[in-house]
Amino acid sequence: MARVVVDVMLKPEILDPQGRAVQGALGRLGLSGVADVRQGKQFVIQVDGDLTGDRLALMHKLAEELLSNPVIENYSLTVEADA
Amino acid sequence: MSARIGVVTFPGTLDDRDAARAVRIAGGEPVELWHGDDDIKGVDAVILPGGFSYGDYLRCGAISRFAPVMNSIIDGAKGGLPVLGICNGFQILVESHLLPGALMRNESRHFICRDQKLRIENADSMWTRDYFKNQEIVVPLKNGEGNYFADPATLDMLEGEGRVVARYLDVNPNGSARDIAGIRNERGNVVGLMPHPEHAVESLTGPTTEGLPFFTSVLTSLVSA
Repeated sequence: MARVVVDVMLKPEILDPQGRAVQGALGRLGLSGVADVRQGKQFVIQVDGDLTGDRLALMHKLAEELLSNPVIENYSLTVEADA
Repeated sequence: MSARIGVVTFPGTLDDRDAARAVRIAGGEPVELWHGDDDIKGVDAVILPGGFSYGDYLRCGAISRFAPVMNSIIDGAKGGLPVLGICNGFQILVESHLLPGALMRNESRHFICRDQKLRIENADSMWTRDYFKNQEIVVPLKNGEGNYFADPATLDMLEGEGRVVARYLDVNPNGSARDIAGIRNERGNVVGLMPHPEHAVESLTGPTTEGLPFFTSVLTSLVSA
């Protein structure tokens, strides 16, 4: 059993209106000095067996083609064994 | 025999009926296509209508792009099949990489619904040839994620090749780069448009009937092809 965590974030140069809204809410709720908020997505994927070779390569491909949109987002992928 | 124009229904599509009606009023024969069916029934052109396919889960259009019907449509579009994506349909076309760029959440963070003035800047596409260049029209606009984004080099390429089909006038409602409301592919058979011409084809229900030429254009294009 392997646990794959894919984090997807908007690229730094892309405006994040949702992050902007959260930043405003944090300020209204009393947190001072919030310089920036970026909102992203996290996918936690459980797979049977080890994720190596072709399956890992496919996982990367799907992280880029399905889970993220490379025009506006970056992804990072980590594999944790024996979750 | 009138041209057969496919209108795709995904789970969460809203505007398929209006799109089919617009096709009928323009003089074409609408053909219902289903997202889970890879058969596009030999249609002459395809419309991807507006709505919230798959609930906009993941990203708008991201899951629809992998629906079985899209395999046939993407192959067809690469071979010259006319495809018009309206609103959510435009989002599906960029997710499919048939058109460049991406559609982001509106800069204002508000869902926008208004009658929107546009300038038709390219009257050479298969979906805009019944307009004249720089014609100004008013059609409804309704979106939460219509903020067109592409990197500067892509925007310059689109502008340089005359591939900006429509631009917002007076107000930029969603923060789109360079006021872009719609673009086309290089060949001119694929057009993506954020506003809704299918809601402006009858005076009883639309603000104007100035959306109708999108639907007559493709019929003209098919006859002359």
